[in-house]
Amino acid sequence: MSCLQTIADYGLRSVGVGERLLPRSDFTMCQQFTLIGSGMVWNIYFGVLALLGGFFFATALALAKNTELRLIRKPAEWFIFVFRGSPLFIQFFLAYEALAMLPRAGFPVFGITVETDWLTRAWAGALFVLFLNTSAYAAEIFYGALRSVPKGDLEAADAYGLSGWNKFRRVTWPTMLRLAWPSYTNEAIFLFHATTLVFFSGFPAFRQEGDALYYAKYFADKTFNPFIPYPIAAFYFILLTLSVITIFGFINRRLNRHLPQERRAKMRFRPQIIR
Amino acid sequence: MICYLTTGKQMLFYGSFGIVLVLLVVTAPVALLFGFSGALAARSRITPLRWVGRAYTAMVRGVPDIIFFLFVPIAMDEGIEYVRNRIKCPDWNQPVFAGNEFHVCAAAKMPLNSAPQIYHEIYGFSLAVIAFAVVFGAFAANVLYGAMQAVPRAQLETAEAYGMTQAQVTRRVLIPQMWTYALPGLSNLWMILIKATPLLFLLGIEDIVYWARELGATKSTVYAYPHPDWRVYYFLVLLVFYLVMTKLSEIVLNRINRKLSFGQATAGGEALRKADI
Repeated sequence: MSCLQTIADYGLRSVGVGERLLPRSDFTMCQQFTLIGSGMVWNIYFGVLALLGGFFFATALALAKNTELRLIRKPAEWFIFVFRGSPLFIQFFLAYEALAMLPRAGFPVFGITVETDWLTRAWAGALFVLFLNTSAYAAEIFYGALRSVPKGDLEAADAYGLSGWNKFRRVTWPTMLRLAWPSYTNEAIFLFHATTLVFFSGFPAFRQEGDALYYAKYFADKTFNPFIPYPIAAFYFILLTLSVITIFGFINRRLNRHLPQERRAKMRFRPQIIR
Repeated sequence: MICYLTTGKQMLFYGSFGIVLVLLVVTAPVALLFGFSGALAARSRITPLRWVGRAYTAMVRGVPDIIFFLFVPIAMDEGIEYVRNRIKCPDWNQPVFAGNEFHVCAAAKMPLNSAPQIYHEIYGFSLAVIAFAVVFGAFAANVLYGAMQAVPRAQLETAEAYGMTQAQVTRRVLIPQMWTYALPGLSNLWMILIKATPLLFLLGIEDIVYWARELGATKSTVYAYPHPDWRVYYFLVLLVFYLVMTKLSEIVLNRINRKLSFGQATAGGEALRKADI
């Protein structure tokens, strides 16, 4: 079987397209590269969607944490504390078990039966957990940035007669993003790395359709040779990390484009590794 | 209820919290040591050693830590068995990686098949500790390397001007001063370490996640339990456990940070000085 044939068969195996049976013996390098690569679809899917949704929710949370109103501030603080203070791994398990407890048959709302089955599937359930998790982490970053928006900028906005939504959209929010961006890039990288946990926690890989690490472990378990599949997965993740850094670097440049050259916050080539 | 909560199985569940704490206590110093050597190596004057240090610190940047958690224990295990195979069975002529099998002679198994269960568990646990130490050592190396770079150049130059050798500068000036710069990173790392402990489950250790799954289920691999599916509640207990752990650490680390920044020429130290006046 040629390598092109393998790619055609297994290139989208992780989303259920192509050959159904996984190879069982005599694994070739090509098979390993293709299958692990096909698993990356899931990592990218989880990462991108959770980031996109989380970005907006995190902004809202950061604003909520920054208000004077206790009634709004406290829930936001607790939400951030719970999701940042506990391991993602446990959150996955807890969410899975909680979602699995919903009645199987679905429950009726206004005469229509609402299905609940799909919630226990990784594509929805795990995405939801990742979304909440990254929102909490990003909210803390945004909150920190919100606190360090220069007072002068806000006063200038007041002087121009900007207030409320206009002030937020034109001054506070862009400055917050600009200050938070390097840390947010770091969070994005961590989120993509965290997506590897999905299929090792409560969420089962439906029809053996898992992510990159799921297939890497499959190969490692079958061949007892960890020295090939794991480095392949690592290779894919390095590529992914580099693309994330590049894309976020572009956005960073755009966010800072109004500043004089030397005051632009440099994207550090070496990202922080701490979440 | 009391009766249920004190059964032997439940006791094992409580004991597994001890495993988590032991892992934390053992891993933290080992990882710090790894990180310290890594950071020193990355600053070394000897080029190959510097490469090793740089490679080690760069290791965790692009690659998810879970890959290392899966890779390191099995690689270590096979490495040890391979070496033992070479020593104990010199006339072993079958290929070690035979198709779908890893093949070594019985005497080279680690630990021996005949060894009691407890040795298997200890061996598995030590492999897990090594995996954690390697990964978190790399994180710590990053933090410590950054902290060493952050020590003001003038301090080191002054020491050199006094005629200290390179080793003396490192020992007497660099290392004592770097901690205040390293502490925020290291405390962050401690938090991450706490939150990484449930990954022990992936390494096949019977830790809290394992027992929560076992005991919470209606029917486990061994027993049928007299209660419906309680896994949610067991995992809730774990969640609370971790929240308490991280909150406690945060309080303690804030105190240490306060102590360390006292009298330092940093923003934190300045704030403390102003508060005192």
